[in-house]
Amino acid sequence: MIRNVIIIGSGPAGLTAALYTARANMQPLVIEGLEAGGQLMLTTLVENYPGYREGIMGPDLIADMRVQAEKFGAEIIQSQVTAVELCALPLVVRTAEAEFRARTVIIATGASARLLGLPSERTLMGHGVSTCATCDGYFFRGQEIAVVGGGDSAMEEALFLTKFATKVTVVHRRGTLRASKIMQDKARANAKIEWRLNAEVDQINDTTAGEVTSMMLRDVNTGARTELPVSGVFVAIGHTPNTSLFHGQIEMDANGYLLTHDGAKTSVPGVFACGDVQDHVYRQAITAAGTGCMAALDAERYLDGLPEHLQTA
Amino acid sequence: MAAENVQTFTDGNFEASVLKVGGPVLVDFWAEWCGPCKRLAPTVDALALDYGGKVTIGKLNVDENPYTTVKFNVRGIPALLLFKGGLVVDQVVGLMPKEDIKKVIDKYL
Repeated sequence: MIRNVIIIGSGPAGLTAALYTARANMQPLVIEGLEAGGQLMLTTLVENYPGYREGIMGPDLIADMRVQAEKFGAEIIQSQVTAVELCALPLVVRTAEAEFRARTVIIATGASARLLGLPSERTLMGHGVSTCATCDGYFFRGQEIAVVGGGDSAMEEALFLTKFATKVTVVHRRGTLRASKIMQDKARANAKIEWRLNAEVDQINDTTAGEVTSMMLRDVNTGARTELPVSGVFVAIGHTPNTSLFHGQIEMDANGYLLTHDGAKTSVPGVFACGDVQDHVYRQAITAAGTGCMAALDAERYLDGLPEHLQTA
Repeated sequence: MAAENVQTFTDGNFEASVLKVGGPVLVDFWAEWCGPCKRLAPTVDALALDYGGKVTIGKLNVDENPYTTVKFNVRGIPALLLFKGGLVVDQVVGLMPKEDIKKVIDKYL
């Protein structure tokens, strides 16, 4: 069986592509991936998705999108893609359990949280180091913790964590924040949030004890090292695109983001990309959904343009 | 919707059901409010089927069982802790594919 379209990923981009291709009668197969639902699953209240006047919880928004796509016949399976072969038709997508063949593939694998890359960070992951405030904030009730990063996600995590922690120190290696003005203002207005700018994380203590007791910070201007006592460190320093499957097969930029042109087309005919896997600029739920729609329409047009014998094989 | 062979561990039964068990025991620390935990649940169910009889597998709700959660210093979930002979011998923090979790478990069979 050769499918019309396989969608890899199940965040807002993948699910919107599923909705549109399902309504176009393309019977999409969605392979949802390990972090099913994408980054929205780790957020709380989403206040900037149009149509929800009171905001909506990220996981609820994803649940609605899934149901809507399934209503029109999208098939969603819980599995992870382990390999792809995109050099010839049919395109081949493999998981640990099965091999699928398709005329088009829509890549919506998104991006995952980036880590600092310190050995101590890896050792203490789950024991005080975390990349998910909504998952782990609960464990730090009444304690002093730190958030590393200066973007919108760092502000959101810091604000969320003030519900549990007595003090949240935002550690950022630059003198200015990258976060949007509205998020910065919210964070600056919160009395529980303190700031350590121009500070880089050298080390997280204490790997011997198996728990976080403090972090060593280095002032990027003076080189001075100071110790910040914290029992938790939340890393929110951005994301890396999930593109390791596609190395050597699809053109990407120096940071690993898939390159698209003329809409959602990648360098490989019949392969389209949408959402954060091809966008390091906007990275919003609504832009992911928007590009998911573009990828679906582009895939539909591509399919219509295929020679007759390839359309029905 | 836990599978039948997935046990429920608590502060009350942890000693008898996990620490005193001779063979390996995999404990899934989770909470109702943790999205990734829910994503991992079907994987844990599948592992319980795959290892039926060889590895004891169960779940512990961190909200309802703070004593055990603190005792083993779990401060991030989902977390799978593998016990053998009353000690933590290995662990998996965060979402991982089933095959990767199996590689960890298989080291202790």
